[in-house]
Amino acid sequence: MAAGPMKMRATLGQGFTDVRVLMNHPMETGQRKDSDGKLVPMHFIQNLTVKVNGKLVVDAQISQAVSRNPVFSFRLKGGAKGDKIEVAWMDNKGESNSTEMALA
Amino acid sequence: MNRIRRALVAALAIGLAKPFAALAAWNKEAFGAKTPGDALKNLGVPSGAPSGELHIEAPQIAENGAVVPIEISSNIPGTTALIVLIEKNPFPLTARFDFKEGALPFVKVNVKMGETSDVRVIAEAGGKHFTASKEIKVTIGGCGG
Amino acid sequence: MRAAFLAAAIVFTGAASAQDAGKEIQRYRDMVAEGSPAELFELEGETLWNKPQGPKNVSLERCDLGKGPGVLKGAYAALPRYFKDVDRVMDLETRLLHCMTVLQGRTLEDATKRVFGNADQPSEMESLSAYVAAQSRGMKMAPGVSHPKEKQSIELGRALYFHRVGAWDFSCATCHGDEGKRIRMQELPVLYKPQGARATAASWPAYRVSTSSFVTLQWRMNDCFRQMRTPEPNFGSETTVALIHFITATGAGATYNGPGNKR
Repeated sequence: MAAGPMKMRATLGQGFTDVRVLMNHPMETGQRKDSDGKLVPMHFIQNLTVKVNGKLVVDAQISQAVSRNPVFSFRLKGGAKGDKIEVAWMDNKGESNSTEMALA
Repeated sequence: MNRIRRALVAALAIGLAKPFAALAAWNKEAFGAKTPGDALKNLGVPSGAPSGELHIEAPQIAENGAVVPIEISSNIPGTTALIVLIEKNPFPLTARFDFKEGALPFVKVNVKMGETSDVRVIAEAGGKHFTASKEIKVTIGGCGG
Repeated sequence: MRAAFLAAAIVFTGAASAQDAGKEIQRYRDMVAEGSPAELFELEGETLWNKPQGPKNVSLERCDLGKGPGVLKGAYAALPRYFKDVDRVMDLETRLLHCMTVLQGRTLEDATKRVFGNADQPSEMESLSAYVAAQSRGMKMAPGVSHPKEKQSIELGRALYFHRVGAWDFSCATCHGDEGKRIRMQELPVLYKPQGARATAASWPAYRVSTSSFVTLQWRMNDCFRQMRTPEPNFGSETTVALIHFITATGAGATYNGPGNKR
């Protein structure tokens, strides 16, 4: 899967919106060996942002110690129909991806 | 009563023309530190006072260290950041989450643990720092190989 | 890499008795399930299902998994079952293979070139299995049990389960034959009894945490035979389908909650 799929789901809680986002990424630590015995180079997401209606609400820096195919859950204050939520990431190679949804 | 709102996902693979506009630059020194002390020094963050209002929800035993689910929430008023360290990992600093107006100081994330270790969280609130920690036993280390 | 094997230590430390350990491990599994990347494989499978492929350049959208062409809802929960058009019992993966060759015109060689994937790239079969299985969420597992060939298949599976083979003279029952057995931290379910089979029937296919890959029942059968030091069975062989059928039928009635998560 190239710059793989991302999937986001939002659930309305008591005065907050639970946002769960899954992303495809190898999150290589640089310590794993491939089938030929060669070290697989570091390749992991370093920055992650969550924006609501274009406004930054979560700014995260993460390390290679986050699991492969990361799954994050965040909580946003409130949440109204039509609110646009965007989650974006960038990795140590400068590759990036993002996904966005509107609360129904 | 909770209602599940499922919105259609626009699973876009947006190729960003401009460099990713993250406001927090990835702290290379802190993430490259080999001890929790050095990581915190590079972050410019003290160890913090223990607080019962900082919660770590995690299993006591992880079947596989490759995926250890942890849920962190802070009831400390004015919490603006949560820092996660895995003491015995080769590079203890695992993540730093900065929360702005509009987000609650809450996160759930899956982490890799190389061996049984304390997971330590530091919360930044109103210029002060607080800490909590929890030991997670790992049956099979998950860093590689 | 330092690997800490704590089976004995966990059982004997003051704070954690064996039962506490069991409870905490269940908590681990529940939390992993809540935050599992399995859905990403379902998404990938959906793309592949709709993708025109092969010399006939058609998608799998008209594939009949037992409920009619293109009907996915509940199809997985009703497998394995007898298919009149081929006069044999098929499980999910053999049926997908059938559609790839018949609908899409792909050769058997092409369609089975890479049936088991890895962390970097799941196989087509794995992604498709995730997608199709997900469409049976919330349904009770009810494989075919009444057609004569279905009965034969289940009985063949039962016989194979207890049949000792290979360099070590193992059968499935060697590991999965008695209650309360484990290998390191893995409990070994007794699959010829309904109680043991139900959880298993409802947890495949699955995301496997330790290899970051998506695994299917055909893979599981293959890997069990490998671990028994016997030759690996052919993909979709009568042997593998019969064993899968036997286990699923024994575990019938379990509610399927979508692709599972395993360590």
